[in-house]
Amino acid sequence: MRYLFRPPAAEAAGLLSLPWHQPLAEWDDALVLEVPQRGISRHVVRFTACDGRVFALKEIAEPLARHEYALLGEFEAEGLPSVSVLGICVDRPDDQEAILVTRYLEYSMSYRYLFSGPRAEHEPERLIDTLVQLLVRLHLAGVYWGDCSLSNTLFRLDAGSYTAYMVDAETAERYPTLSAGKRAYDVDLARERVGAELMDLQAGELLPEDIDPIQIADCLPVRYEALWDEINREEVFRADEQALRVAERLQRINDLGFDVGEIELVTSPEGARLRVDTRVGEPGQNRREFARLTGLEVQEKQARRLLNDVHSYRAYLETRGGGSVPELEAGRRWLTEVYLPVVSAVPEELAGRLAPAEIYHEVLEHRWFLSERSGFDVGTWAAVRSYLQQVLAATPSELTTPSVIADRNGSVDRLVTGRSRSD
Amino acid sequence: MASIEMRNIVKQYGDGFPAVNDVSLDIADGEFMILVGPSGCGKSTLLRMIVGLEDISSGDMVIGGKRVNDLAPRERNLSMVFQNYALYPHLTVFENIAFPLRLSKTDDAEVRRRVTEAADVLELHEHLERKPANLSGGQRQRVAMGRAIVRHAEAFLFDEPLSNLDAKLRGQMRTEISRLQRRLGITTVYVTHDQTEAMTLGDRVCVLRKGKIQQVASPRELYEQPVNLFVAGFIGSPPMNFLPARPEGNRLTTPFGPVELDQKRAAAVAGRDLLLVGIRPEYFEDASLVDEAKRPLGTLFRARVDVTEWLGDQQYAYIPYEAPAEITSQLRDLSRELDSEELRTQAIVSIDSTSRIREGREAEFWLDTRKVHVFDPTTGENLTRDAEAGARLTQMAEEDRAEQVQEAQAGMQGRHAGAA
Repeated sequence: MRYLFRPPAAEAAGLLSLPWHQPLAEWDDALVLEVPQRGISRHVVRFTACDGRVFALKEIAEPLARHEYALLGEFEAEGLPSVSVLGICVDRPDDQEAILVTRYLEYSMSYRYLFSGPRAEHEPERLIDTLVQLLVRLHLAGVYWGDCSLSNTLFRLDAGSYTAYMVDAETAERYPTLSAGKRAYDVDLARERVGAELMDLQAGELLPEDIDPIQIADCLPVRYEALWDEINREEVFRADEQALRVAERLQRINDLGFDVGEIELVTSPEGARLRVDTRVGEPGQNRREFARLTGLEVQEKQARRLLNDVHSYRAYLETRGGGSVPELEAGRRWLTEVYLPVVSAVPEELAGRLAPAEIYHEVLEHRWFLSERSGFDVGTWAAVRSYLQQVLAATPSELTTPSVIADRNGSVDRLVTGRSRSD
Repeated sequence: MASIEMRNIVKQYGDGFPAVNDVSLDIADGEFMILVGPSGCGKSTLLRMIVGLEDISSGDMVIGGKRVNDLAPRERNLSMVFQNYALYPHLTVFENIAFPLRLSKTDDAEVRRRVTEAADVLELHEHLERKPANLSGGQRQRVAMGRAIVRHAEAFLFDEPLSNLDAKLRGQMRTEISRLQRRLGITTVYVTHDQTEAMTLGDRVCVLRKGKIQQVASPRELYEQPVNLFVAGFIGSPPMNFLPARPEGNRLTTPFGPVELDQKRAAAVAGRDLLLVGIRPEYFEDASLVDEAKRPLGTLFRARVDVTEWLGDQQYAYIPYEAPAEITSQLRDLSRELDSEELRTQAIVSIDSTSRIREGREAEFWLDTRKVHVFDPTTGENLTRDAEAGARLTQMAEEDRAEQVQEAQAGMQGRHAGAA
């Protein structure tokens, strides 16, 4: 057998002892992790945990595995929202198919949960917009998906909104640019799959009654066209409104979740023509800034929200101390004095249902909500207590991210057998 | 259903490289056309231009009499079969087939009619009300075909659909696709790099090389009357053997002794120096097993056998031969272009499975010289191709096919009448 992986893949070492020579379907249950709420796959897919991390294993034909491994690696390097690939195992005995190993996208949710779970999304169009944003981003990067569907997408909460990630790149193809035909076809396929997936949920009585699968599917191409046009259209305006119009356009593109790479402005006596090149990677300005101040990896909108909180805390420290506080010190103190106490207050049994940064965001929202209702600021700790009891406890346990489940199972193993997880 | 006509189709990429170069091809209404060739020959690009995924640099793409160059994929009403394999677990097999119609808001009676019709063709009737969980691999693929059928598309398009299936399912699917196409009589374009798939499925096969059409003909015409060295080498498995040859009057001198040519072929090669003679493996036989009556139709030669391969119902012997350097390098290039691993200065010879010829020994072989072809090693042109004989073969294939389609469709109608 042959294993291919790209460094850094230190975590891969622990995986090497798995029974790669056996068909995935026959692996011992003790080696695999039950992960609920999965989409539809035509391959055998199983999950396994190793040193606190969770991996998805998919059995597919070797050429497809090699292709997907290469593409996902490229996508990750360019900051496209996709799952992160660890490696492949090929040349398995008895002409078995290859296995592609990806890192599980922690704190992600499948469409099945989002459309039918107790925290079900009341605005299904919002999820379609998220999917459309992903598809547009991929198309801008010259990626033809060939199988865009809800099953092949995972969603992550990002400060109350969603971010979509491409999970399956088996049919994807990369080009310098995509022809209009390829984009149109990709959108046609996406519409059809989304429609079928929602009809499937409906047939399984898993879809709220007021959601019409066909109507939702039909809105996908419309939303796609609107977003594509918004990002790519060339604008012409008078020279005197130039500054304002450029600023408006950039703001609009940022609001849509895209970063601007380059602006081309051509002026002539008739006016100015503006063309904007959008960066294909996910926006990351706030994320990077937040990581610089606190060392925490969070998502972009979460970062924007938390950065505001860091800034207010810095202002508070400065007012209280009567002198300036360097931003790095403010970041460090915010982390230890504000953020960590809040997220550490989550009891063990509720851990892993939402990402810590999302919990913090929800606590801020909850505090605002309680304060509005009471007519005065209820303060952080009252908000935390109420949030944990009223909101987080009502978030279903099947949302618990697999690494936390694996960690719990590991602790149970240790308790029961006295073994350590590395045995 | 519709015919597909391509007129001087060119696909040029930004760097000026023509992936498809001046292709003109007529696919008749109801015909099963295969696009085949090694990787990089332009076959997938051509298919994608039919579907509308690739822009056409120049030329006309005409489907059902309408120029479609500027139409979006959806407006062309073609069906890429197997594009969506996913089976939806809560939907019945019926709804798994019907959903494209549901999405286009087709009325219930029409949905029922089309799905029933597709289920008839695919023999999925007894499964229609079940959930797909327990379908076999082959049945799952048939559901995917059902989705394509209910759309009533102008044509079916397949882009290497079997390349990632295991050998057993691949064989099974080949049969299914062929049967389906006959029954529906739907225009079909099928891309493959596998010449076995090409030969077993197509009414006609279009062989492409570096973006250009080499030959469009029935599988038998390609096999027996190839236009050039490339087609001759690509079609057939094991491949045709190419030996260096020099004409001397009515015969060719080859490493396996002299090969007699008839008047017509001798005239075609007269006055040339170094040539390549192309001999299919089955034109050889173990001399000791050839009928006295047949012997005069060929020549005898002795050679040392390097390896024999006994496969039960057939047997192959590998005979190395010497060739001048210019021929060796020509053959090496050809092998490389055909993605073939065969060593071309070794003849692969088919002998009867009862033959006692053993490896490492010298043996006597008989060579049927009637069907050998002679190629110009520089241009690759087949100097001895009989175009009329080739056209007759393709004509015969067309007649056979018309008959098969009629039978398949009569069978379908019979079953409909029975069901009514």
